[in-house]
Amino acid sequence: MSDPKAIFLKDASVSTADGDQRAFIRKALGGYYVNRDLQKARFRSWEKARDAASMAKWSAVNDLGNQLEKFVGNFEKNGGVVHWAQDAAEAREIILKIAADAKAKAIIKSKCMTSEEIHLNDALEKAGYGVVESDLGEFIQQLRGEAPYHFVFPCMHVKREAISELFTKHLGTAPTNSPEELTMIARRHLRQLYVDADIGISGANFLVAETGQISITENEGNARLTTALPKIHIALAGIEKVVKNLDDLAILLPMLATAGAGQPMTCYNTLYSGPRQKGECDGPEHFHLVLLDNGRTRLLADPEQRDALHCIRCGACLNVCPIFKNIGGLAYGTTYQGPIGSVITPHLRGLKQWNHLSGASSLCGACTDACPVRIDLHHHLLHNRRNAVKTNPTLFDRVFHFGFNFVIQRPKLFAFGGKVFRTTLPLLKKLPLPYLSAWLKTRDLPTPPSQSFRAQWKDQNHE
Amino acid sequence: MSSRENILGRIREALQVKAPQPHLQAPLTPTNHPPQGKEWLPDGGESLTESLAILEGQLAKLKTVLVRVPNETLAVEAVKLLSQEKGWKQVAYQGHPLVTPIAQSLACQTWQADADFNKQKLEQCDVSLTSCETIVAQLGSILVSSQTSGGRALSVLPHAHVVIARTSQVVPDLADAIRQIKERYGQKLPSMLSFITGPSRTGDIERILVLGAHGPKELFLVLIDG
Amino acid sequence: MRISLFVPCFVDQLTPQVGLATAQVLRRLGHTVEFRSEQTCCGQPSFNSGQWDVAREGARHALKVFRGSEVVVGPSGSCVAMMRNFYPQLFKGQPEEAEANDLAQRTFEFAEFLVKKLGVTDVGAKFSHKVTYHDGCHALRELRLKEEPRQLLRAVKGLELIETEEGESCCGFGGLFSAKFPMISTAMVQVKGGALVRTGAEFVVSSDPSCLLQIGGWLSREGKPIRPLHLSQVLANEVS
Repeated sequence: MSDPKAIFLKDASVSTADGDQRAFIRKALGGYYVNRDLQKARFRSWEKARDAASMAKWSAVNDLGNQLEKFVGNFEKNGGVVHWAQDAAEAREIILKIAADAKAKAIIKSKCMTSEEIHLNDALEKAGYGVVESDLGEFIQQLRGEAPYHFVFPCMHVKREAISELFTKHLGTAPTNSPEELTMIARRHLRQLYVDADIGISGANFLVAETGQISITENEGNARLTTALPKIHIALAGIEKVVKNLDDLAILLPMLATAGAGQPMTCYNTLYSGPRQKGECDGPEHFHLVLLDNGRTRLLADPEQRDALHCIRCGACLNVCPIFKNIGGLAYGTTYQGPIGSVITPHLRGLKQWNHLSGASSLCGACTDACPVRIDLHHHLLHNRRNAVKTNPTLFDRVFHFGFNFVIQRPKLFAFGGKVFRTTLPLLKKLPLPYLSAWLKTRDLPTPPSQSFRAQWKDQNHE
Repeated sequence: MSSRENILGRIREALQVKAPQPHLQAPLTPTNHPPQGKEWLPDGGESLTESLAILEGQLAKLKTVLVRVPNETLAVEAVKLLSQEKGWKQVAYQGHPLVTPIAQSLACQTWQADADFNKQKLEQCDVSLTSCETIVAQLGSILVSSQTSGGRALSVLPHAHVVIARTSQVVPDLADAIRQIKERYGQKLPSMLSFITGPSRTGDIERILVLGAHGPKELFLVLIDG
Repeated sequence: MRISLFVPCFVDQLTPQVGLATAQVLRRLGHTVEFRSEQTCCGQPSFNSGQWDVAREGARHALKVFRGSEVVVGPSGSCVAMMRNFYPQLFKGQPEEAEANDLAQRTFEFAEFLVKKLGVTDVGAKFSHKVTYHDGCHALRELRLKEEPRQLLRAVKGLELIETEEGESCCGFGGLFSAKFPMISTAMVQVKGGALVRTGAEFVVSSDPSCLLQIGGWLSREGKPIRPLHLSQVLANEVS
């Protein structure tokens, strides 16, 4: 298997060179910034709301065992079946078995990043099931054979002309440049699929311990349809999605919409408490919930970074991250992109292989300021870097930093070294030196002064 | 050891060390912990009049069409007019004291979907007529349930959705609506409760807003005084 | 007040005029300025690279240097953020913990010191040019400074201040990040630089000399007409 860091550097080089695409992404985000700020301004205190939201998640996650058991107890009372999956393979197995037992043929899915994480579609397709993504962005990405670019806006990088070509190729429809018409094409195509599907697979934004309900947030209505028409509903959710009380959603749902999409509330926020009940005229006969660990308990065991599990997957951190905006979502090579992805991927998939994501950041902190639940995102990138050094220091780094700190503890050596650097800079610029050559590829350095500050100060002040 | 035991065991072990609280802007007080929300969430109005004004503003922004009528008779007239204007041919409706008289007054084909549910038939319908549980002024949201609004699919599959409700169903904010859910149902919740906030929409293509992604492209709220 | 100047390592070696201008302004306001010549670097490069044990050694030297100082002022948001926000973390559980916390309390960024500690916004400066401002991320988000540099600039005679779109966007320096991930760093400075040029300003001013190294380096390579200048250099121009 190729080295993720090498792949990342290659992909980032390609995407950062595409000025057109970067400008397109910036343009797409422009409207979001305006709407987000409008909605934030409607809150009487956005900062107090962040406090409340962060405390709601903190108290749930730091009592996760009890809250999960409470949730499961209430969920099962309503007639749903809970399955526990320690890892991706187990989760896939569970879902494949449900499909096999049901003799299902057609499966429709609403947005579920957790299903991306466990590579569910691949497994279902290999087992012979027809799987269709119903969320428009995911549907487009499925046709493109590409992973989601952004976990809230999966195809924000794709221009309408490309979508038109895609639909002509796969659906046989006439070309069109209108986002409205393209959306209607997808709408028409998917309607019968909802009606015909045997199984609907969804994610869950929140698991409410108090009531045993799962909460799904969406704009399109595809999750509503996925969970209304097929006979079987399977929901897949990470164990960290728990909130203690239904009241918590009064804050979390509007904040998710505001931070995630610049809306006061998304179009459909739905609470599910079980399969169809007696007296209800429709709805699935069976409701399965698969609870997934897959490395989350590892993150839970790190008290310093445990708050990364508070994430409500709003995507606000991606939307403000200059790294994300310039390298694009696919360059990360992971299920979860952006700052949150860079924080959690080393925990979920291995620090040694994935720590470069934590290094690929200027630590500007825009993400931490944007996070509705106050995750200390940019500092966690620092923490990951520190942890990587503890477990896997590279020889070059050890030598470089030892050398640097040796020098800065010795002022005369520092002054001498600085003078040597300044004097030999014209020559140094011509050599292939680490860090210096990389800098000089695209940037100049100031002409070195003949005298350092300390030398000038000494001259001026006779000290 | 089952996976359940394994996972819960790992959680127990992981939580032996407590994590520090998030860096809060304001110190914890009884009003922000546990979170109540009213102090800092958007305004929902101090009186019904205020709430209705806020609701009107929110609905307009969402492109939910609001039709206010003083009584049930005029509600019937309003929907009849709408039906003629839109040229609806197949109407699915929920059997409900507010809805049934309206449905039965329409000239086109009507079908009480919750009496005899058929998903293929529902897919062919132009519009659904339902009641709702609660309306949230602060957000312009309409709460429907599988138990009291004609099932799960009725309010989302047809191309348009008309909700018939009374002004007394309006509450200021989401926290109020959630409290009402708990008071109304206790432990016996409907299998689905959904807050509908505007017609269906997507921003997936170049982050440009398009209405009618999968759910109804048009949403109407006929609000009867009282 | 006897102000102990903190001069960032690269200011000392590459852009000494920033340190000199800072001292000049503080002296003009009637204070004594000292430069403890044993100082070298705050240790942030190693800290940001995750080399905390080694960084602690370097930082220990800085603690020693500033022992007994009345107040420390540095014309650099990132270095001051290191000393104020991160030294306490670095020295937690160490014998120097109390000293690090104490130093943090009396270390200030230059604009912050003038406006919040001295209560001064008009330092008697004149600079008749069109200027735009870049908010360094450490100053903006670690030290929560936004208005202070602007208050100082608005009081400068003849100065026209224009805000940049992308004003709060990171310039892409991030210390060694700029060299470890140069293609991303360059992409970021392209966005920033483009926005700066579009303001039509003659100078881009910042309270962070490290940002100016990055921005200035790109502007120079690209031959753009706008020039970098540190806040202290603007304020050092006296009204004659």
